[in-house]
Amino acid sequence: MSDNGKLVGIVLVSHSGPVAESVATLATGLAGGGTAPVAAAGGTEGGGLGTSSELIAAAAHRVDRGAGVAILVDLGSAVLTVKALIAEGDELPDGARLVDAPFVEGAVAAVVTASAGADIAAVEAAAREAYEYRKV
Amino acid sequence: MLDADFFRRWLTTAAAAVDREAERLTELDSPIGDADHGSNLQRGFTAVAATLEKEAPDTPGAVLTLAGRQLISTVGGASGPLYGTLLRRTGKALGDAAEVGAAEFADALRTGVDAVAALGGAAPGDKTMLDALVPAVDALPTSFAAARAAAHEGALATTPLQARKGRASYLGERSIGHQDPGATSSALLFEALAETAEGAGHE
Repeated sequence: MSDNGKLVGIVLVSHSGPVAESVATLATGLAGGGTAPVAAAGGTEGGGLGTSSELIAAAAHRVDRGAGVAILVDLGSAVLTVKALIAEGDELPDGARLVDAPFVEGAVAAVVTASAGADIAAVEAAAREAYEYRKV
Repeated sequence: MLDADFFRRWLTTAAAAVDREAERLTELDSPIGDADHGSNLQRGFTAVAATLEKEAPDTPGAVLTLAGRQLISTVGGASGPLYGTLLRRTGKALGDAAEVGAAEFADALRTGVDAVAALGGAAPGDKTMLDALVPAVDALPTSFAAARAAAHEGALATTPLQARKGRASYLGERSIGHQDPGATSSALLFEALAETAEGAGHE
């Protein structure tokens, strides 16, 4: 369990706003109501394809309950932007971390685990484990 | 010695160069990328020039740190966090001195280039901006002009390479024969640096 029963927040970063939103809806739906806080940060602020550090930082602060924030990303600039923010800046809340996981499967695992009250390490482990889920 | 004004002029000169070359950068990014490198950098460097004008930071480190932060938040593509990290890490390495020597700047810039390599996981020869940045920082202790020439040659030398990082790497052998847009924009930065140094009487 996380400290003080606080829930880990999840941020989903995609190049596409609709992809991030849809994966958030999918993951919270599969976790079944009353879930950990989840925020989508997809696309640019203008609604185009790309990555916005401002949307990512805003989403991370929105879901931060003091138990850490797990950030899942799709590829390219989404990965690099989150890494750069974590390595250099003060834009993200303390305890935010980039989780190495497949975007959709990892998001489902992270939201389900976080909703059960797990701490950030367990949420990260569950999301990473989604890489092991073979389909054939 | 190089003061805050020198670095502000460097980045303003770079912004003008990016603005002038934006179309060419996007053209280079069309066959092997997603045709947004010029417009992304143009947006980023325009914002950098505006914020430096407005906030007028008074140390070299603060100029570079602010510019890096601005690139990360406005570019919207992978070049944002990469160039942002380059400037921000270089700025941090310079600390809060009011003036820095050319050798100190060369060392700091190497720290910045190393941070770019760590962030993107690329190495020279992968057909990325590092193919211009690494030879340029190697040559910088010699002179600003030598760094400009090395960056330019490094960018040209990416043409026969096969991309091993980023979207272009999905193209495999089809990425051969195109000059890398990131290495090309990196060469523009060193061109702007040499121009600024010549204007200030540093060789």
